[in-house]
Amino acid sequence: MHWQPCADFESNTMTIQTDKNSSYAEPGIGGMVADWSADKQNFDLPWGKLMMWIFLLSDTFIFSIFLTGYMNVRLSQTDNWPNASEVFALEIAGVHLPLILIAIMTFVLITSSGTMAMAVNYAYSRDKRKTVILMALTALLGASFVGMQVFEWSKLISEGVRPWGNPFGAAQFGSTFFMITGFHGLHVSAGVIYLAVIARRVGRGYYEDKGYAIVEITGLYWHFVDLVWVFIFAFFYLW
Amino acid sequence: MQNVAIADQPDHLHDPQTFVTKYIYSQDHKVIAIQYGLTAVFVGLVALVLSGLMRLQLGFPDTFDFIDPGAYLQFVTMHGMIMVIYLLTALLLGGFGNYMIPLMIGARDMVFPFMNMLSFWAYLLSVIVLLASFFVPGGPTGAGWTLYPPQAILDGTPGYDWGIILMLASLAIFIIAFTMGGLNYVTTVLQARTHGMTLMRMPLTIWGIFTATVLGLLAFPALLVSAIMMMLDKTLGTSFFMPALVSLGENLDYSGGSPVLFQHLFWFFGHPEVYIVALPAFGMVSDVLATHARKNIFGYRMMVWAIVGIGGLSFFVWAHHMYVSGMDPAFGFFFATTTLIIAVPTAIKVYNWILTLYRGNIHLTVPMLFAIGFIFTFTHGGLTGLFLGNVTIDLPLSDTYFVVAHFHMVMGVSPIMVLFAAIYHWYPLITGRMFNERLGKLHFWFTFLGTYAIYLPMHYIGFLGVPRRYFAMGSTDFIPESAQSLNASITVSALIVGLSQLIFLYNVFWSMRHGKPAGHNPWGATTLEWQTPDVPPRHGNWGPELPQVYRWAYDYSVPGAEQDFIPQNHPVSASEQTSGEHEERNS
Repeated sequence: MHWQPCADFESNTMTIQTDKNSSYAEPGIGGMVADWSADKQNFDLPWGKLMMWIFLLSDTFIFSIFLTGYMNVRLSQTDNWPNASEVFALEIAGVHLPLILIAIMTFVLITSSGTMAMAVNYAYSRDKRKTVILMALTALLGASFVGMQVFEWSKLISEGVRPWGNPFGAAQFGSTFFMITGFHGLHVSAGVIYLAVIARRVGRGYYEDKGYAIVEITGLYWHFVDLVWVFIFAFFYLW
Repeated sequence: MQNVAIADQPDHLHDPQTFVTKYIYSQDHKVIAIQYGLTAVFVGLVALVLSGLMRLQLGFPDTFDFIDPGAYLQFVTMHGMIMVIYLLTALLLGGFGNYMIPLMIGARDMVFPFMNMLSFWAYLLSVIVLLASFFVPGGPTGAGWTLYPPQAILDGTPGYDWGIILMLASLAIFIIAFTMGGLNYVTTVLQARTHGMTLMRMPLTIWGIFTATVLGLLAFPALLVSAIMMMLDKTLGTSFFMPALVSLGENLDYSGGSPVLFQHLFWFFGHPEVYIVALPAFGMVSDVLATHARKNIFGYRMMVWAIVGIGGLSFFVWAHHMYVSGMDPAFGFFFATTTLIIAVPTAIKVYNWILTLYRGNIHLTVPMLFAIGFIFTFTHGGLTGLFLGNVTIDLPLSDTYFVVAHFHMVMGVSPIMVLFAAIYHWYPLITGRMFNERLGKLHFWFTFLGTYAIYLPMHYIGFLGVPRRYFAMGSTDFIPESAQSLNASITVSALIVGLSQLIFLYNVFWSMRHGKPAGHNPWGATTLEWQTPDVPPRHGNWGPELPQVYRWAYDYSVPGAEQDFIPQNHPVSASEQTSGEHEERNS
């Protein structure tokens, strides 16, 4: 959790004097030029928040390259690519439901983004109790997403899907599936731990003096993980 | 929302005293920079020894029993990988980036010192994992620094088992280290500049390091992803990069992968990597040239835009490394065009350096000699780049020593020249003492003339068609015997240049104790890092108050001024003549 220490530096006590640059409020191109020609700070953002944005930009490249690699491998395949809606179908009470688990997983993850956004709102209005509850709920939804992913993986493994081959068609189906969903699952798991740590600190009043921007920073990461899932969902399950 | 640097917080970490808090658990950017620097130089010396061993084999084949073809390939691979990633990237960004960013922009430290410390420790771990591969069964990987599959992970390539796994793991750890450091550098430059230090008043060193770091944050993901995929190919038997193939008479289990995909991913990282190394060097050499020519840098704005432009373009040229890979030949046209376009901002920079020297008050100090040497080596390396950027000329020259000579001139020798210039230039600041001038000059002439003795003949044997990475030439019809004598001469020069680096090491360590005290600002430089209250700067850099910046970084030889330089933190006086240029840059 290397971004965590950022919380330590958002103190309101300050020894360095800065005059607030009023041009931050200016809209449009004029505001952008004013931002970029300013001294001290280019963006009116806490350091941690800007750094999270830059990190997410870098991480975007990682996932884009994963997905581009996947598309390249899939398009250059001579073997038959398995039909995702059949592979990921479940029999529930005798009814054959394609993609039902993925639909639930997606719903859960998007709901968790909603609870996260509410947590950020309550954090800024300094309602510690509601913030902690909503962050815990977000983490819980995230954990259940990972749980469902574990179920999905074990079901596929029991059907004979392996990273190096599967009974349905091209071997690269399993390779890319386990690699990309695995990498995303690691992001979600890291996010759950991150949320838990920050929620605990919020509950203990650690941020009373420092301000609650950290909740929003955590939220940025969480929404990003959520957004990435939408792309994985579209490119892997719906294509 | 205000942010307070750690050095301004009432905190026990301020001005650490014990050995552990000062050198092991240090969050001071200057200590971290020196840790980065020493580690990088150490691992770079390992790579230098490896290149000496390679040259021994090439110059005098059949003489050294301990170099077999496998070992030779391992030397090639480790030499390349260490030099590009673990020496140049780490020393330029982890070393000079860490030291210079907070000092030059007037900050007390990086914005996240703890993460900065973690970055160094992760880097050290990646170096340890890399060096560990020398001691595992099979030795380090011999796949070439580009690690092309399928050969990289197949029986027959040295180190195909343990070596390649450790190499990929080490790269992944390095990328984590770089990301932690890089996020810090970018955020610090954007958010923690002192009063009056607008972006267009930053020294070019900072512009170079900043742009290179952004490139790194966007390019290293491609290497990370390809390392993960190759690791899965190796350990789990997936086939991302592995087509169906027969190896040593056996049908392998791989099928359906694409080796060209790896090349695309690798070079999407690999070409920006060239500029990750070059841009900080461009920036630092600009500052060294301006300071020692006592003249403002010519065309500051163009220099900034050239750095940014080169950085942006570098993401659109990667496939010029792949003209012979079997990709669609139509791509060659596109990538040749973008490659040649990138020569425009690069040429602007070279002209501006020369125009900075023009009618300057040139002091031929050791850093200046290295900086001028850089202009020579970089121009030569850049011009051969124009040859290789064209598809039709590249095809016959691909994989010959011409390519080796080209990239050693442009991204081996040139950044190293700047690194030496930078080390000599900032040595008085970092250690508080002057180096020995005479030894420094001796070191320069050995290095500068030596590199030409090595690489000029190498272009020639490349034109003859001698292929790179071959253990020995054997008897080949189209290569005359005299090529071998040339090879022997290159080897002798290389060994002399390698040994002459001992002069540098001796100078650095001897002067640390016995050099004469440098005092404040021995070069008469304008930039902020020379204006600190203490030399070398203490933790927190600036004493009680941050500096206030009033002018750009290049006020040298201003007409009417008392001295031939005006530091950035000196107020603009009423008597000071305001030239038109001055008006423009303050508007």
